[in-house]
Amino acid sequence: MQRITIDPITRLEGHGKIEIFMNGEGTVENVYFQVPELRGFEKFCEGRPVEELSQIVTKICGVCPGCHHMASGKAADAVYGVEPTPTAKKLRELFYMAHFVHSHIAHFYALAAPDFVVGPTAKPEERNILGVIGKVGKEIGLEVIKQRRIAQEIQALLGGHQTHVVMNIPGGVRKGLTSAEQEDIAGKAKRFVDFAKFSLNLFNDVVLGNKTYVDLILNGPYSLKIHSMGLVDENNHVNFYDGKVRVVDTEGKEHCKYAPNEYLDYVEERVEPWSYLKFPYLKKKGWHGFVEGQESGVYQASPLSRLNAADGMATPLAQKEYEKMYSVLGGKPVHATLAMHWARLVELLYAAERCFELSLDTEITGKDLRTPVGKPVGEGVGIVEAQRGTLTHHYWTDDKGIVTKANIIVGTTNNNAAICMSLKKAAMGLIKKGEEVTNGILNMIEMAFRAYDPCFSCATHHLPGTMPLVVNIRDKDGMIIKTLRRD
Amino acid sequence: MAVYWGAACGGCCVSVLDVHESLFAVTEKADLVFWPIALDTKYSDVEAMPNGFIDVTLFNGAIRNSENEHMAKLLREKTKILVAYGSCAHLGGIPGLANLHNRAEIFDRVYQSSESTYNPGKTRPMTEFQAPEGNLHIPVFYNDVRPLNQIVCVDYYLPGCPPQTERLVEVFMAIATGATLPSKKSVVGAREKAQCDECERKKSDNKKIKEFRRPFEINDDGITCLLEQGTICMGPATRSGCGYRCIKGNAPCRGCYGPPPDVPDPGAKMMSAIGTMIDSNDETEIEKIIENIVDPAGTFYRFSLPGSIIRRKIPCSELR
Repeated sequence: MQRITIDPITRLEGHGKIEIFMNGEGTVENVYFQVPELRGFEKFCEGRPVEELSQIVTKICGVCPGCHHMASGKAADAVYGVEPTPTAKKLRELFYMAHFVHSHIAHFYALAAPDFVVGPTAKPEERNILGVIGKVGKEIGLEVIKQRRIAQEIQALLGGHQTHVVMNIPGGVRKGLTSAEQEDIAGKAKRFVDFAKFSLNLFNDVVLGNKTYVDLILNGPYSLKIHSMGLVDENNHVNFYDGKVRVVDTEGKEHCKYAPNEYLDYVEERVEPWSYLKFPYLKKKGWHGFVEGQESGVYQASPLSRLNAADGMATPLAQKEYEKMYSVLGGKPVHATLAMHWARLVELLYAAERCFELSLDTEITGKDLRTPVGKPVGEGVGIVEAQRGTLTHHYWTDDKGIVTKANIIVGTTNNNAAICMSLKKAAMGLIKKGEEVTNGILNMIEMAFRAYDPCFSCATHHLPGTMPLVVNIRDKDGMIIKTLRRD
Repeated sequence: MAVYWGAACGGCCVSVLDVHESLFAVTEKADLVFWPIALDTKYSDVEAMPNGFIDVTLFNGAIRNSENEHMAKLLREKTKILVAYGSCAHLGGIPGLANLHNRAEIFDRVYQSSESTYNPGKTRPMTEFQAPEGNLHIPVFYNDVRPLNQIVCVDYYLPGCPPQTERLVEVFMAIATGATLPSKKSVVGAREKAQCDECERKKSDNKKIKEFRRPFEINDDGITCLLEQGTICMGPATRSGCGYRCIKGNAPCRGCYGPPPDVPDPGAKMMSAIGTMIDSNDETEIEKIIENIVDPAGTFYRFSLPGSIIRRKIPCSELR
């Protein structure tokens, strides 16, 4: 009996609820996690012109709208059977790197850092970004806010709208870049690289320099042996914008590598009656329940799984950090859930380096922004890596390009089963028979899902704090014996 | 001050956070007493507050389920000035496009016919589910989406998807400095004109259109009014205030700021605007011209269906 449910905040909003069931002995028997909402984008995308979807699906998530915009834009290209021009492709990727920089900075500093810099069992009122600033100094705090702001300004410049980007149009982009703008972005991107290096140093000092934390990462109740998914380029290096989806199994061997339009052969979703969110699994492995191991169908799609699924990073500094991470953690693949924070910073460095690379590309100021489109071919799939996992948009249209069906698998949704299992494992490891369940323990259970940067942390991304949460602890008869709330 | 969300994407909260470095200045002027994404204030703390304890609540997101409704009612009780913040709370927003379908249709697509879903037992999420260990509850998913004012009385509307941060700061400063506020139920943080009056694209006073074309079918020159280039832009039926940000990105306006003052229904306004632009008196030709406007419901009511006069599509199955 192992069921936990998590709804990602992208397509749902509202409160998270964990139900922990105890047996007669006072030990954890089962855990359910429910964040119960649905908005139904798959349905109301029907009837819309396919070129409009990239502006509609951004509203799935106001924190990672750029990911939906890109996956949707690519699906619309595919519906018309066109490839964007080289300049358009590079502009999209440049935008996308800034999007990753902004999101990864926000997650690490506002969401993850409080647990490590302030401490996992510190008082809740101190365990937030202000607490982090208190520890590391206001100067660094302001630098964090500034770098995130600059990343967002680049997004607004390229995307036309600071939040809900309007950049893509079938075959390319709506707006080009001037030389002056290019120069400005290059200067900013160079500072992103410095800031990413600074962040990795901070992680090195604060987390890796503290034996308790290293022990928590490697030996705490936070390990989950499941398969790893991530988008890779032709060299099997991590890529966020384009490539094939590669899945490696629990031992690091390639399970499959598929092009976007083949995803239905490899991924399937399950419905549970106690959740509005579905549970994807590897189709060829099949669904065997919420279980770990080589035979299980459960996989994860996260910064860590992207690094696990790839053979390396495409930029030099990130590659070095990639090698260091695996050398410290004992080789590939890594199954330590909390190592996702480290992987995220390696990715931040990659995004910053790639952003800088693209900003220097002479083709980026090209004037050829759109490949002309003709009649639609009627079906298209677009896949990108969202910050929180592989994102798939699949559209079918009539001969006028009006959407007849849409299917969407969102980043966090991939991790639904994995997050459930991580939570249960953490709860079982941390709640001890006869010991009081404190707020500190509650937070340490939360750390199990926070590592995934699930999209309900989209909401908690940016500022001090934690997601609204209710934990009910019940006895063997299902009676609530204790409720911890933080709404 | 409090900030809360219903059925939303989080973009409204991002717009609040986009005050960036001035965040510290904002928190100097206002005590944030409830903001789930930012603070550890407990739900029970809100319940314990006396009625009217909170000066201002920015409520974003639409009402999609029973939990959204419950929180809207609770916050109404506790708040002096309740602001419908952003397109979803204002008029229903993008999630309101779901009102072109009903619950059963949405569930069937998401949980049954979706190509990646394998569900031979036809399982559906259930509000109450008896798990072996006990009962599990999730909120009731309503048949349609509603804007905030169809659930509780709203004092002000601050439109936009999301609202432009500068507009929020203006409204915030007005409240914080005790300036005289506009009459209740007004739209604040927006302008009193239509989008077209602010947009700097070149336009003539007498728009004449022979053929409507989709955005990818025109070679936008980046200068001329998009409508005059033949592509539908919601500018005439939309209130200004956003700084015509999408148009600056060379994308047509889709109306997230809602209708201009004294216009009750943006779709009706847009249809009337288009009516005056069609360059023909021949009925057959007019029909042909109109045929090229694909998806009028989803375009003219992109952000406003639940708050419009038509509100929702009623499927035949519900009429029986």
